[in-house]
Amino acid sequence: MTSYCKIDHVDKVFTRGNTETCVLKEITLDIEKGEYVSIIGHSGCGKSTLLNIVAGLTEATTGGVILEGKHVNEPGPDRAVVFQNHSLLPWLTVYDNVRLAVDKVFGAKKSRAERDEWTLHNLNLTQMTHARDKRPSEISGGMKQRVGLARALAMEPKILLLDEPFGALDALTRTHLQDTVMGLHEKLGNTVMMITHDVDEAVLLSDRIIMMTNGPAAQIGEILSVPIARPRKRLELVTDPTFLKCRQRVLEFLYERHRFVEAA
Amino acid sequence: MNMPVAKSDISASIPSAPTPPAVAKIVPLPLRQTAMNTRIRATLGKIAAAVIPPVVMIVVLLTAWQLLCMRPGATLPTPTKIWTEAYDLIVDPFFVAGPQDIGLGWRVLVSLQRVAIGYGLAALFGIALGTLIGQSVWAMRGLDPIFQVLRTISPLAWLPISLAAFRDSQPSAIFVIFITSVWPIIINTAVGIRNIPQDYRNVAAVLRLNHFEFFWKIMIPSAAPYIFTGLRIGIGLSWLAIVAAEMLTGGVGIGFFIWDAWNSSRLPDIFVALAYIGIIGFLLDRIVAGISSIVTRGTSAN
Repeated sequence: MTSYCKIDHVDKVFTRGNTETCVLKEITLDIEKGEYVSIIGHSGCGKSTLLNIVAGLTEATTGGVILEGKHVNEPGPDRAVVFQNHSLLPWLTVYDNVRLAVDKVFGAKKSRAERDEWTLHNLNLTQMTHARDKRPSEISGGMKQRVGLARALAMEPKILLLDEPFGALDALTRTHLQDTVMGLHEKLGNTVMMITHDVDEAVLLSDRIIMMTNGPAAQIGEILSVPIARPRKRLELVTDPTFLKCRQRVLEFLYERHRFVEAA
Repeated sequence: MNMPVAKSDISASIPSAPTPPAVAKIVPLPLRQTAMNTRIRATLGKIAAAVIPPVVMIVVLLTAWQLLCMRPGATLPTPTKIWTEAYDLIVDPFFVAGPQDIGLGWRVLVSLQRVAIGYGLAALFGIALGTLIGQSVWAMRGLDPIFQVLRTISPLAWLPISLAAFRDSQPSAIFVIFITSVWPIIINTAVGIRNIPQDYRNVAAVLRLNHFEFFWKIMIPSAAPYIFTGLRIGIGLSWLAIVAAEMLTGGVGIGFFIWDAWNSSRLPDIFVALAYIGIIGFLLDRIVAGISSIVTRGTSAN
């Protein structure tokens, strides 16, 4: 029963003044090594909170996260995050943003030349070498996410946390980045946990889709395995019956059984 | 200009062989020249657009001044009178004719030296204190109202207190500059530190930056635009304060020069000194703004 990453009976209660809001209730989830897991749910269901708990940026009220047999309760580079709004440091160049992470994580283990090489290697993985000397304000939103991804990959995390990484991008750029992430997952075999609210994206990229019920006190409503062989081809999947069935299952969950009740 | 002629030549008389090469040689040259000319003309136009309006305005204002002060019984000198009477002050800033008879350039340098010490201390102290205060909600809540009151106190009002404390004019003047310019630096730095986006804090947390690394790699660059706003307000205030302080403490500076000129009824000299003060103040502001735009390049843009 020792899984690679275990989210163990996590509850999260936010307290403001005298009112207590239970955001997450009894979340238990096992993630295997190399697995790509998506968490999908309507906005406000606490999926970002869950990711932040795994990242260590938010503390669970009860329960906890165990990664490779160790309890983790503070942030660290072994759980690198790609933030929704890229979170690049605007005063550093693309190269320096990645290099900062490389220097911090490998400062003691690698020589200066090796760190330089590793930084460029990761920029190359996300096809961003051409913009190494540009500042974040000079590159597009999609490119910023690529740099954010390069920074996260450069930390060699045990689990890669993607917090709606494509949410702020236009449809074409998003498609392009999804392909990049899919390719990198195949190549590097990272364990990935991704937050999304895009059904197609979840089915295309994931091995398993975790569907969250609406908050407050959101729970895992259903877990769907996506038994589509890799490498997956976007165009072929459009007519793939398994893909369509999975897609339908998620859509049914989100829009029939757990419809988002706005301002109820 | 040769084009139409050449074209008609070809169409009219095809067999005339020597014409086409001549056309091919002539046409590109004037084209290139006009491209160069337009570029030079554009640059000159830009310079003219920046220089001509202020020059015109200065001429208009000086003329108005001249006309207003030419009337009989005018209390202030005209620009032409200032030019003739304060000629040596205007043309040579760095003459030395005696221990108390020196060019305004020397006096400005003495004043600038005081400002450099007072403002330098204010910058160091202000950024350090602002950084500390910005990190604590309670320090901010407790100290901010006090600073907001203290910063409105006129530089001159501090002077008796500092004279009483230091019993010497030189440190008093420096203290007045310090105390005048330090508040905006503290307040702006504190606000800048408070406003570090949560995103950057998250990045620092994931990377496990220690306090020292967080300070240098996240805090200072992120707060830099705010800090420089404070520094820019501060340099303006300290230049305001030095003139006031020197008027009262004496010595060699530009402030005392104005006071001395007033006491010996040399009104034209005062106008020249005012022009010096204004131009130096403008330059100081430009210098700090220039450093700011170099240091904070890319920081404010997101």
